[in-house]
Amino acid sequence: MAEAQTIGRGEVSIRNLSKSFALNGRDLDVLRGIDLEVVSGQCVAIVGASGSGKTTLLRILAGLEPADGGDVLIDGAPIRGVGSERAVIFQEPRLLPWLTVMGNVAFPLEVRGLAANEAAQRARRYLRLVGLLDFADAYPAQLSGGMAQRVGIARALAVQPELLLLDEPLVALDAMTRMTMQEELARIWAEEHLTMVLVTHDLEEAVYLADRVLILPKHKGSAIRTIEVDLPRPRDRSDSRFVWLRQFLLAEFGLH
Amino acid sequence: MSLIDTEQGHAYRQTRFDSAFAAGLAEKAAAGLIQIGARYGVLVSFLVFWQVASEVGWLNPAVFPPLDRILAALWNGLAGGFLLDDVAISLQRAGLAFSAAVVIGIPLGLFMGQVKAVERSLDPILQLFRQTSALALYPVFILLLGLGEASKVFVIFWATLFPTLLATIGGVKQADPKLVEMARVYGASRLTIFRRVVLPGAVPSIFVGLRLSATTALLLLIAAEMIGANRGVGFQVMNAQYNFQIPLMFAAILLLALLGLSANYALERLQGRLCRWNRLGR
Repeated sequence: MAEAQTIGRGEVSIRNLSKSFALNGRDLDVLRGIDLEVVSGQCVAIVGASGSGKTTLLRILAGLEPADGGDVLIDGAPIRGVGSERAVIFQEPRLLPWLTVMGNVAFPLEVRGLAANEAAQRARRYLRLVGLLDFADAYPAQLSGGMAQRVGIARALAVQPELLLLDEPLVALDAMTRMTMQEELARIWAEEHLTMVLVTHDLEEAVYLADRVLILPKHKGSAIRTIEVDLPRPRDRSDSRFVWLRQFLLAEFGLH
Repeated sequence: MSLIDTEQGHAYRQTRFDSAFAAGLAEKAAAGLIQIGARYGVLVSFLVFWQVASEVGWLNPAVFPPLDRILAALWNGLAGGFLLDDVAISLQRAGLAFSAAVVIGIPLGLFMGQVKAVERSLDPILQLFRQTSALALYPVFILLLGLGEASKVFVIFWATLFPTLLATIGGVKQADPKLVEMARVYGASRLTIFRRVVLPGAVPSIFVGLRLSATTALLLLIAAEMIGANRGVGFQVMNAQYNFQIPLMFAAILLLALLGLSANYALERLQGRLCRWNRLGR
């Protein structure tokens, strides 16, 4: 236990991970021989072409899918299903339509047995953090896509996870809202001292948010490529090194 | 006197100062009237046509008596008390059957929707029962339960059960797997997921079933009362026709329509209260 504490909060260590799905009676490798480390307090982006298995990797980390082989450790302990030290932000907000914004953010807290007033208090705090305290009594159907996703973010933060897993969290939003939300995520990440694993298609988003960008290979069994993003924060999208890194990543995917 | 004067003066001042407001009000009232006209115009024209056609003789007044005679028959029946007795016994039959269908259909539906194996093994027999007309089974129920109240209530119950049961199963099965997964991520147990994700999501669908069941209950009520009863609104329709009391027959039919409308209205109101979220922004 003492050892786990020295390792840190939300630290991820994956060794030789493999996962395959049965498809038309044949086993299809999705992940093979994956090794990766996420240091506590870091934001790591995982990018890769469609079919590279990045979403599957995140779902394994979340505990929603079992791994077929290899070790997945969080703070030195192998994961067994979902865990209270992790939270997930999905592509869609996934709000319960019959609960208010407040009720949705308090939902996981109530599930975990927090007293109602304590849950409400904490939910209010995180609604303020995402700037939606005024909408506490609104229903999800009354929110815009960006607002709904911010409620989803507040809900994930309210459980005060050590490790925050984001599965293409901004993909459903329009370009303007997406950029605003990227800035917001960067601010929240810094304020809350979170460890984040971000799966994304958006290379600019990866460069904007991550300390490291990992490129999952399309060819199963090949090594993961790592690109360090040592740009000062808050990041400037027009900075020449930012632009250069983004171009570099594009080139990795054969795009210019 | 002076008090009235002041009040009048006050009212006068108010009308003067609020003339713009009053104009706005008049405009709103006009818009409201147009809306009511658009909604009920056809219904009112239909009733007026009936009345006129019957009086003038375009329709045979022996078969379609004028509305005022129907309403008079309805009033006499209600004031005389015998129609009220019929309504009471009919409501008791339909109410018992509907309540039993709800009490059995919703829990059973929730269970069947949740447990796949149960649903799969019960579905074929349910489909068979559902497709078998309840009225065709009425003789069987009479054989089993006699010609009294039990067989009437049971045949209504039988027909009323399926809409609620199937809608409940459907509502539970339709639960959004993405919401279920979200709840799972936050450590919700199966019971919590059912209570807080699956069940609330199924409520709108359950209400569709309930409203269908209520309609079915009244339908079967009349059929059952026409076949083997000596009391009840359905009996009254049949009996009035035998005795050629046509206004009374239409009065009983009207009463049935009103019962159906009020049952539907009550369920709609309840649904509106329970599913406010379902109507927002959609």
